[in-house]
Amino acid sequence: MNTTLLESVTTRANHLIDPGLAIWGWQITVYLFLGGMVAGILSLSALLELRHGKPSSPIFRTAPFVALGILSLGMGALFLDLEYPFHVWRFYTRFQLASPMSWGSWILVAVYPAAFVFGLGSLDDSGRSFVRSWVPKNLEGLYDRVEKHAIERRREILTGVFFIGLGLGVYTGLLLGTMAARLQWNSALLGPLFLVSGLSTGAAFLLLTGLHEEERKRIVRWDVNAIGTELVLILLMLIGFGYGTESARFAASNFLGGPYTPVFWSLVVVLGLVVPLLMEAVEAKRHLPFTLVTPALVLVGGLALRAILLAAGQDSAFRLIP
Amino acid sequence: MTSRREFIKISGATVGAATVGSGFVNKFWGLDRDAVEDPNTDGDKVVPTFCELCFWKCGVLAHVRNGRVTKIVGNPDHPLSRGHLCPRGTGGMGLLYDPDRLKKPLLRRSNKRGGQDFEEVSWAKALDFTAEKLMKIKRDCGPDKVALFSHGYGGSFFKHLLFAYGSGNVTAPSYGQCRGPREVGFNLTFGSSLGSPEVLDIENSRVLTLIGSHLGENMHNTQVQDFARAIAKGAEVVVVDPRFSTAAGKARHWLPIKPGTDLALLLAWMHVIVKEELYDAAYLEKYATGLPELRKHLEDKTPEWAFTETTIPPEKIVETARFIAGARPASLVHPGRHTTWYGDDTQRSRAIAILNALLGSWGRRGGIFIPASMPVPKYPCPDYAAPPKTAQDHPDGTVYPFADEVLSHGVCDATVPGKIMTSGCPIKGWIVYGTNLIQALPQRQQVIEAAQHLDLMVAIDVLPAEITGYADVVLPEATYLERWDDAGPTPWREPFLAIRQPVVDPLYESKPGWWIAKELANRMELGAYFPWDDAGKMVEARLRKGGYDFDLLKAKGVIRGKRVPVTTEDGLELTFATPSKKIELYSKRMAEAGASPMPEYTRHPQPADGQFRLLFGRTPTHTFGRTTNNRFLSEVTNENEVWLSAKVARERGLSNGDRVVLVNQDGVRSEPVRLKATQRIRHDCVFVVHGYGHSSPGLKFAKGRGMDDSRLVTKIAVDPLAGSTGMSVNFVTVERA
Amino acid sequence: MSASKKRYAMTVDTRTCVGCKACVLACKSENDVPDGFCRDWIVEEVRGEFPDLSAEIRSERCNHCSDAPCVSVCPTGASNIAEGGVVLVTHGKCTGCKACIAGCPYDARYVHPKGYVDKCTFCLHRVQKGLQPACVGVCPTGTLTLGDRNDPASAVSQILRKRKSKVNHPESGADPNVFFLV
Ligand SMILES: Nc1nc2c(c(=O)[nH]1)N[C@H]1C(S)=C(S)[C@@H](COP(=O)(O)OP(=O)(O)OC[C@H]3O[C@@H](n4cnc5c(=O)[nH]c(N)nc54)[C@H](O)[C@@H]3O)O[C@H]1N2
Ligand SMILES: Nc1nc2c(c(=O)[nH]1)N[C@H]1C(S)=C(S)[C@@H](COP(=O)(O)OP(=O)(O)OC[C@H]3O[C@@H](n4cnc5c(=O)[nH]c(N)nc54)[C@H](O)[C@@H]3O)O[C@H]1N2
Ligand code: SF4
Ligand code: SF4
Ligand code: SF4
Ligand code: SF4
Ligand code: SF4
Ligand SMILES: [Mo]
Repeated sequence: MNTTLLESVTTRANHLIDPGLAIWGWQITVYLFLGGMVAGILSLSALLELRHGKPSSPIFRTAPFVALGILSLGMGALFLDLEYPFHVWRFYTRFQLASPMSWGSWILVAVYPAAFVFGLGSLDDSGRSFVRSWVPKNLEGLYDRVEKHAIERRREILTGVFFIGLGLGVYTGLLLGTMAARLQWNSALLGPLFLVSGLSTGAAFLLLTGLHEEERKRIVRWDVNAIGTELVLILLMLIGFGYGTESARFAASNFLGGPYTPVFWSLVVVLGLVVPLLMEAVEAKRHLPFTLVTPALVLVGGLALRAILLAAGQDSAFRLIP
Repeated sequence: MTSRREFIKISGATVGAATVGSGFVNKFWGLDRDAVEDPNTDGDKVVPTFCELCFWKCGVLAHVRNGRVTKIVGNPDHPLSRGHLCPRGTGGMGLLYDPDRLKKPLLRRSNKRGGQDFEEVSWAKALDFTAEKLMKIKRDCGPDKVALFSHGYGGSFFKHLLFAYGSGNVTAPSYGQCRGPREVGFNLTFGSSLGSPEVLDIENSRVLTLIGSHLGENMHNTQVQDFARAIAKGAEVVVVDPRFSTAAGKARHWLPIKPGTDLALLLAWMHVIVKEELYDAAYLEKYATGLPELRKHLEDKTPEWAFTETTIPPEKIVETARFIAGARPASLVHPGRHTTWYGDDTQRSRAIAILNALLGSWGRRGGIFIPASMPVPKYPCPDYAAPPKTAQDHPDGTVYPFADEVLSHGVCDATVPGKIMTSGCPIKGWIVYGTNLIQALPQRQQVIEAAQHLDLMVAIDVLPAEITGYADVVLPEATYLERWDDAGPTPWREPFLAIRQPVVDPLYESKPGWWIAKELANRMELGAYFPWDDAGKMVEARLRKGGYDFDLLKAKGVIRGKRVPVTTEDGLELTFATPSKKIELYSKRMAEAGASPMPEYTRHPQPADGQFRLLFGRTPTHTFGRTTNNRFLSEVTNENEVWLSAKVARERGLSNGDRVVLVNQDGVRSEPVRLKATQRIRHDCVFVVHGYGHSSPGLKFAKGRGMDDSRLVTKIAVDPLAGSTGMSVNFVTVERA
Repeated sequence: MSASKKRYAMTVDTRTCVGCKACVLACKSENDVPDGFCRDWIVEEVRGEFPDLSAEIRSERCNHCSDAPCVSVCPTGASNIAEGGVVLVTHGKCTGCKACIAGCPYDARYVHPKGYVDKCTFCLHRVQKGLQPACVGVCPTGTLTLGDRNDPASAVSQILRKRKSKVNHPESGADPNVFFLV
């Protein structure tokens, strides 16, 4: 009997589940993108200061606050995605060890105070007295103590922020990467990939703001490494899928001939990684003037990476394996 | 220092406060253990009654919570449901709470029939109007000029009314468009028909052969239960169907026969069984006549001959014949139910009957049982004044010698002046109870033409079905969950009695059928025929008179009698009510009527290239068109699709899911409908589920969903013996919509 | 795990199931499942080419997985493991973040219009009272059986010993507890 030809019919037609999963849309894309970018901004600026002392470009004085603003936008998008937003506080009644979502929500609460203290230390005196002017009278004592620590324990804070940033970056990838049910996300490399991509988009954001020459060069150098790593990770991920189980091969096929192939290769790989990498390399070698094109492309690529992986993952269920 | 008492008081208060506090914290912080949430659909009241989503009469338990029916489950004590239900029975609430239900009596506003142009009127006005018109017809033309179309359990009150009125013209499409030829074929052979529910012991069959009968899609609850039980016990199934039906998926042998050629296969099977003497010789010796004639008749009906007709390879025919005979007498060839296919349906049913006789399955375990029942005494009531008039039921003026019920299409013909009523008065009034003639009868134009000649059409329905649009008066009946119906026995494997009683009060201004019939009777000086005030009281009186425990019946919905033998294995002595008192393999009666006394194969026209035979059937979640507006049931199946061979579809550039239109041989076009391109059907036919494609604007959910197969049944092949209308004789082409 | 601990499981006999969907509808009315959603569903698979065809019909639902990813990914504990290993969602704790939906290899969950995530409960509210789940109770073909897999005398245990069975996508690693008899 010929068992290859198959007609399969299901009566299930649940909204957001059928015909294909469509639970997460632009909100989560934006959230993951901004989250990753914030991770990059925080980690990179902390690292820069740790390695080379206080950076001189003006952006670094406010970067932690800018990052918080961006993160809040991302969290706003996440909030919009919740089907039961009034229960959002439920995230904070538990810590679920096995749930990246739970890790994420707690990391997010850690990011706010950390970035705030980081920011206080980055500001100059006038900036700090501006902040203090907003503090309510009865909290001024507390504020003063925080401010004192922010300045005096700078190194510890920088180290803390660096790691919290990394945590945030890894988390954005792990959120998807732990979902074995979505064949496309079922890869241990998704965490590192999202982290590196986050660092790269964070770098791109900083580059867009106009940095002093010396700092720009450092960041570009890191960015070149990040992009290179990202390309290697993507390659490894595809190889991993290709040589894996039937379900993994199905996942690889999405990007190797499947429906997501054109967008993935053109937007993420070529436009978002290869072109900026080449441009940065060429600019550095030939001492060409820096343009905003490269960071802009990196940002587009980073956004596309998340949007495409999010969609492809939802489009790669066990039920689709013939 | 605090005293011990104070200490206890304080700590008590602390504990109390802590309890309250932690309760609060737990409640809002979710630190409590997770409770198992209860959807709270159990009834505060559970009322037993029986189902009317189709005509099988399964016992149900209706859960009522705060006055609303929340769910309907099977009554474990009822022999037809045994605690389980088919999907339709599960969805009775969808009918009860259908927002499109008929809510008030309606009176036609304009003169034109068909437009659903009504005004809402009071019951008094609607009933006065109807009674006056009926009285006028009786005065002017005689009582036999009124016919009752009735399908469904509640029709009994209207039959009674019509007989009292003086007419015997009671008809239903469940005869001439459904079971008719089968009942005639079995009656001619065994002297008894199969009725509904069919008296089949499928549960104990070892081989079950299905000719079309698509059990599992055809969802008569007990029959499907028995089917599954048999399979679970290891029974084998043979399915003869041009389509890979659900049942075919369970079968050892699937024979994808060329439609319309089943009689050739049946004859060839019998040829093999007789030639190889695989039949039950002792049984035939004892009970049957005509084996020598049959043997001779079958001589040339070889598998090779049948192959050319059926496309079933001869080896397969021989193999399956032996397979079927090997399990006798627990080898049942299912008699089918919707048997009005090709116009020689009585002969095909006869062939099935004779084959069952050869297998010795009539009156045997695993075959056809002889049912038992519990009689209910009549309610004292005057005899009908004049004996019911003979039926004017001969379509085209032909007499159908074995039709034992009035034919619905015959009544239509007798309604059109000059068509068969060349002298005297044609039929003037129709009472239409629980049947949607527009979708149920073939040749719609002729049905509508007949309706246009009426002086009165009164439709008693629960929904604004198409037919109500042609009525002068529409009377909204309460649904089966809101009314009493009459009590009566259902002959079955074991004797039992069940009652239908109201679960909730009627919604809107709908009224139970008994009340409507009684009110009409009162207005026509026939009140003496309804000498009771309330059907519930009448039922109670009948049952108590029969010595039954009415209170138990009310509480349980059913009482079961002592089992009696229903097969020879149980100790039953078989008798046959044929003229010869034997199973008639050869039918003298048929010979006398000028018909072939043993089934003769006739070759039916086959579709030309590019045409497909239009076949139709059931889907488990719906009963014809009566449930396609049921939103609850339609959740899973809200439109039908046209099955077409995947290969043919590919050749025509059509793919699964495309929208297509079917055009029949007379140029009638279907509604646009989704295509199911599938391996599961032959290349020469298409299949569609009957009952979709409603056109009545009142059916707000169902209107325009899917296609209406009956619109395309413009051609029929009338069975010369039963007078039934074969409807599978229409050919269609498939166009892209 | 001690042998006395309950482990509810369901068997679905693909040989007897006719795909009638009574189980789907009974579930809807029992559990007040909103219009347009279902907790159980029918999959009909036909293999082969005319006329060599074979069919399998399955009534499917949440598998109440022994290693349920939906529970482990849930950040709030709304998805939890109740008596007998039955996987439940406590509506009041659910944020509708849908991580559990993404995490379920069987797409067995859906977002209830009220915002929480919902799915088959094995009708634990009935089972606790000694009743059968609605789908099991209605099924005219006796296709469905629910019982304690850790009790060797239970109907499911006996069936699983007697009949050949399989689970959907065993490679998911979730260790499902709905068994399809073939
Ligand atoms: N769910 C549900 N169940 C129902 C009903 C319902 O409305 N809904 N209605 C009930 C009633 S009243 C009736 S009468 C029965 C009808 O149900 P059945 O008596 O089972 O009706 P059939 O006409 O035999 O069924 C149609 C089947 O016959 C096949 N067929 C068509 N033409 C041919 C042919 O020439 N030869 C052969 N061998 N097969 C053919 C079709 O492919 C299809 O599978 O169903 C009953 N059960
Ligand atoms: N083309 C085509 N024609 C067919 C068939 C087919 O397969 N194809 N099948 C044939 C067969 S097998 C049969 S049995 C017949 C069946 O044909 P019908 O007996 O006409 O059956 P339905 O179409 O279900 O119509 C039932 C009507 O009763 C109404 N009704 C439902 N419940 C109640 C109630 O409690 N009280 C009242 N007063 N009304 C109620 C419904 O609203 C609906 O209008 O059709 C036959 N005609
Ligand atoms: S077979 Fe189904 S619809 Fe018909 S009476 Fe029984 S439960 Fe009701
Ligand atoms: S109710 Fe039973 S037979 Fe019907 S689809 Fe569900 S499991 Fe299958
Ligand atoms: S089937 Fe899905 S929802 Fe059910 S327990 Fe398994 S993972 Fe969770
Ligand atoms: S949607 Fe609800 S149940 Fe699912 S993971 Fe989020 S909080 Fe948990
Ligand atoms: S066990 Fe209960 S909740 Fe689960 S599918 Fe069956 S009826 Fe629905
Ligand atoms: Mo019928």
